[in-house]
Amino acid sequence: MASVRKLGETTLWGLQRIGRMGLFLANAILCAATPPLKISWIIKQIWFIGFQSTLVILLTGAFSGMVLGLQGFYTLNRFGSTALLGPMVALSLIKELGPVLTGLMVTGRAGSAMTAEIGIMRISEQIDAMELMGLNPFRYLVVPKLIAAMIALPLLTAIFDVVGIFGGYFVGGKLLGVGEGTYFGEMSNYVRLEDVLEGLYKSLSFGALIAWICSYKGYHAGFGAEGVSKATTQAVVLSSVLILFWDYIMTSLLF
Amino acid sequence: MIRMEEIHKSFNGFPVLKGVSLEVKKGEILTLIGGSGHGKSVILKHIVGLIKPDRGRILIDGMDLSQLKGNQLEALRSRFGYLFQGGALFSSLTVFDNVAFPLREKTKRTEEEIRVKVLHQLEEVGLSDAGHKFPAEISGGMLKRTAFARALVTKPEIILFDEPTTGLDPVIAHTILDLIQSIHANLSFTGIIVTHELGRVFPIAHRVAMLYEGRILAAGSPEEILSSGDPIVRQFISGSGEGPIQFSER
Repeated sequence: MASVRKLGETTLWGLQRIGRMGLFLANAILCAATPPLKISWIIKQIWFIGFQSTLVILLTGAFSGMVLGLQGFYTLNRFGSTALLGPMVALSLIKELGPVLTGLMVTGRAGSAMTAEIGIMRISEQIDAMELMGLNPFRYLVVPKLIAAMIALPLLTAIFDVVGIFGGYFVGGKLLGVGEGTYFGEMSNYVRLEDVLEGLYKSLSFGALIAWICSYKGYHAGFGAEGVSKATTQAVVLSSVLILFWDYIMTSLLF
Repeated sequence: MIRMEEIHKSFNGFPVLKGVSLEVKKGEILTLIGGSGHGKSVILKHIVGLIKPDRGRILIDGMDLSQLKGNQLEALRSRFGYLFQGGALFSSLTVFDNVAFPLREKTKRTEEEIRVKVLHQLEEVGLSDAGHKFPAEISGGMLKRTAFARALVTKPEIILFDEPTTGLDPVIAHTILDLIQSIHANLSFTGIIVTHELGRVFPIAHRVAMLYEGRILAAGSPEEILSSGDPIVRQFISGSGEGPIQFSER
């Protein structure tokens, strides 16, 4: 009987959490859809989430593309089809690796900072102060991050893809001898607009997901430094897992 | 003006307020005293609707706080100023921008009008030269004065002070209380000062209420509280280790 009660309690607790997270997102979307939008706060967040993540995206994109070029060349060489290295690298990056790895890198770099920033504002009563001024903290803290992440993620993913494709070309073309015309020519034959759009939709949704989870965790951070540190860890872990889960759902259902 | 009726509040099953009833009249300064962790700040947060009571009601000018939603609650809150214990200044904004924030976001004043008003407010609290500094670059006393300037800049009718002098040296604490007194003389705001530093705050209080074990144990003029025969009040005021208040309760 006790185990049934425990199971029931755990289920209810889980449903309550999901409900709270859903309401949080609904509130953020409602605030984003109604004026006033805090444009300067959004620009600041685009700079933080987007521009400041560029270096890490350039590095991870380049190395991911180089590894793909290397692995792809030796695998395709077994079948005598190294000419398809370009499409293989491009499709892997555009459809999957670009959006997913960009999402994971942004979660680690900017998502954790979002949670910590909002969490510290929560425990130091800055959010309470905003409410007492008659201001809706969602408009200042959550909506700018949500919009900025949805703008920055697709742009960062595009950078990741382009750098990765050139990284693959550097290894496959310059070091291993696949011709430039073959690499890029076959790529333009096989990569369709739908593939690019698939990556774009994924990166858009990952942006929303990161901002949602990381803001939620910060907004509901516990007491003291420990509460913020716990919230930050939870935000990064949950965002990362949900990115991979949502990637599978999108790939299987939509494309 | 402010009336709390039988307020009960528990956190995680632990009762903090067990039927607090309290009234603050327009224009008066009430000092709320009581041990640390007894729920004084919780009372302030109830008054502005940041915490909702489990039972009981709070009336502001006859309006039941629990019945107010959205714009009505926002309008009511715009009548309040709140000095948080830790200041609650926005760490990403300078002292000037912190004080200007409510004016920029809640009024249609021009930037020049805001500049003049903020500079005047900073001068009033003795921070004319600190406008460009960030909260992390100023002392505890300056932080409290900045928070005070921000609370005052919209000329609120009611100001709630949560431990305004805690953690400050005696000279700065005295300066802050002088400021509260002189600004009250000008603006005649209604104020509640939460503190456990009795000697410093009594001179500026019109009335004093003591919170003990989740209820208001005693309320009256500072003279009445100072001459109270209640052993708990007497022990708290004298700061003695001997008496009915046990160490575990504090």
